[in-house]
Amino acid sequence: MSTATPPEIKDDRPVTPQVLASSRLRPRGRGENSRGTSVVSHGILIVASLIALFPVAWLVFLSLGPDKDDYLHPGGIWGKMTLDNYTFVLQETKFFDWLTSTLIVTLGTTLIGVIISATTGYAVSRMRFPGYKKFMWVLLVTQMFPVAVLMVPMYQILSELQLVDNYLGLILVYCSTTVPYCAWLMKGYFDTIPFEIDEAGRVDGLTPFGTFGRLILPLAKPGLAVAAFYSFLTAFGEVAFASTFMLSDTKYTFAVGLQTFVSEHDAQRNLMAATAVLIAIPVSAFFYFVQKNLVTGLTAGGTKG
Amino acid sequence: MTVAIDRATGKRRGDRAPRPGLGQRLKHGYQKHWYAYAMIAPVVIVLGVLVLYPLVYGFYLTLTDANSLNTARTIGVNEIEATYKFIGFDNYADILWGETAYDRFWSHFIWTIVWTALCVTLHYTIGLGLALLLNQQLRGRTLYRLILILPWAVPTFVTVFGWRFMLADGGIINSFLETLHLPTPLWLEDTFWQRFAAIMVNTWCGVPFMMLSLLGGLQSIDSSLYEAAEMDGASRWQQFRYVTLPGLRSVGSTVVLLGIIWTFNQFAIIFLLFGDTAPDAQILVTWAYYLGFGQQPRDFAQSAAYGILLLAILIVFTSFYRRWLNRNDPQLAI
Repeated sequence: MSTATPPEIKDDRPVTPQVLASSRLRPRGRGENSRGTSVVSHGILIVASLIALFPVAWLVFLSLGPDKDDYLHPGGIWGKMTLDNYTFVLQETKFFDWLTSTLIVTLGTTLIGVIISATTGYAVSRMRFPGYKKFMWVLLVTQMFPVAVLMVPMYQILSELQLVDNYLGLILVYCSTTVPYCAWLMKGYFDTIPFEIDEAGRVDGLTPFGTFGRLILPLAKPGLAVAAFYSFLTAFGEVAFASTFMLSDTKYTFAVGLQTFVSEHDAQRNLMAATAVLIAIPVSAFFYFVQKNLVTGLTAGGTKG
Repeated sequence: MTVAIDRATGKRRGDRAPRPGLGQRLKHGYQKHWYAYAMIAPVVIVLGVLVLYPLVYGFYLTLTDANSLNTARTIGVNEIEATYKFIGFDNYADILWGETAYDRFWSHFIWTIVWTALCVTLHYTIGLGLALLLNQQLRGRTLYRLILILPWAVPTFVTVFGWRFMLADGGIINSFLETLHLPTPLWLEDTFWQRFAAIMVNTWCGVPFMMLSLLGGLQSIDSSLYEAAEMDGASRWQQFRYVTLPGLRSVGSTVVLLGIIWTFNQFAIIFLLFGDTAPDAQILVTWAYYLGFGQQPRDFAQSAAYGILLLAILIVFTSFYRRWLNRNDPQLAI
C-alpha cells in the first residue's frame, strides 16, 4: 500500500539576472531553459491563463450592464456601466434568504460530517474490530454512488419523515455523500500520528474517547481542516439534491436560487450575472486559501489504503 | 516510564493491551470493540438510513412500476394509497433490450462512455502539459499557477452560467467566430455542438485539479534521478519517458480514477448548461434524473433502475481498474 503523499507545491526559487546569465555559460541543469523554450513556455502559459480567466472576467463584465440582453451586444456596456444590478439583487431579490439557507446547509454539513467522520476515521485507524473489512469496503463503495441511484428512494424516505423542504433533510443527505470520503481522509491522517501517543494516554488512565478528544484531535487539526473544506465545497456546489428537495424559494441554496432568474418566458441575465459574481468572489477567495491542502488531502486520501 | 513498559512488551497496533488471562482478555476485547463500535455508530446509522436502506428500497422500486401517479401521496387533505405493483425484472429488460432500448439507454450509454473517455483524456494531457510547464524555473510561476486554478475556485454552478452567456447564439463566442468568417454553430441547440460544448466546459472546469495534483506529483520525484539520467546521456524525451511518467504513476492512477468517477457522475455541468432542452446530450446520470424528476408523470421505477445499472457499471469498472493497477504494480493497492 502506497503512502506516497504529494508534497506541498514549492514557490519560486529566486531567478536573479546572474543566474540567468551564468546559465548560458555552463551546461543547462534541469528546469533551466534555453531562451527559445522559455519564450514558448511563457506563450503557452499566457494563452492558458487567458482561457482560464476569460469566462469569469466576462461574467463580471456582463454584470455591469444594466440591460438583460446586453450579453448579445456587449460593446454597448462600456458606455453605461453601472452597479444597479448589484443594488437590485441585494435589495429586491431573495439573495439574503439564499445566503442564510446556503450557510445553514453547508455549515451544518461541515460540522456534523466532520465530527462523525473524525470518530470513524479514528476507530478504523486504531482499532481492529469484527466487521472492519466490510465496513471499509462499504465506505469505499459509497464514495462512487451516482446521485441518481439514491435520489428517488431518498426522496420517498425524506417525504415520509417530513424532511422534504427541510434544512436537516438536506444536511443529512449531504452527510451521506461527504462522510465516507472524509472518513477515509481522516483515517489516512490519523495513520500518520504515532501510536505511542495513544499508548501514553492509555497508560496514563485515559479512555479511548479521552485519548481521542484530548490528545489526537488537537494533533489532527490539519486533517480536520481538509475534511471540513471538502465537505463545505461539496455542499456548496451541489445542485441535484438541492433543486429536488428544497421546494420553497426562501429555502433555496445559491445553486438553486441562481436558476430562478431564468424562467421560460424571461431571463434576467444581468441580475443573474451580478448574483453569480456576488457568490463567486467570497467562495473563490476562501478557496485560494485552502487549495494547497485540498489537493494534498484529496490525492493522499486516494492513495492511502 | 510508561513508554518504556510498552516498548518492553513490544506490543503495538491493534494488540496493545497486555494479555493476562482468558477472562481478562475477553473483557478487554469487549471493551475495545465497544469503543470502536460506539465511534463508528453515527456513520453506520447515517449510511444505513440514508444509503443502505434507500439502496434496498430503490432496488425494490426497480422491480415495480412505480411512478408519481401510483405511489402514495397527499393531495390537500386526501391521502392516496400506493397502487403500484410488482413486475419483476421487466424494467431492466425494457431498458436493456426493449423496443426503443437503443434510443433510451444505449445511445446515452455510448455517449456517457465517450464523454468520460474524452474528458478524462483531455483533463490528464492538458493538466500534465501545464504541470510540466509550471515545474520549470520560470519567471512568474506562482502567478500563472494562481490564475490557472481559477476555474476550480469558482463554484461550478456559477461558471456554467457564465459559459451559457458566452455560448448563446449571438453571444461572444459566435460573434468572435463571425468576425473570423468561421461558421457559427448553435452551441445550445444542435446535438453535436451541445456535446462539443459540454466537453469543452467540463474540460475547462476539470483541468486545474489534474494540473495541481500532477504538479505535486512532479515535485515529489527525486531530482537525483534526473541527474543520473543526464549523466547517462538521456535526452529530454527519454527523461520524460523513463523518469517522469513512472514517477507520476502513484498520483496519476489515483487522480485518473477519481476523474473517471467524477466525470461519469458529472451532473451539474450538463444539467445547468442545457436543462431539459437537450435529450441527446444527456449522460446516464442526468437522463436518470430527467426520468425521475424532470418529466410528468415521474417514472420512479425506471429512474431507480438506471441508478442501479450505473452503480453496477462503476463497481465493475473500479474492480477491473484496481486489478489492472495491482498487476502492473503490486505496491499500488488503492
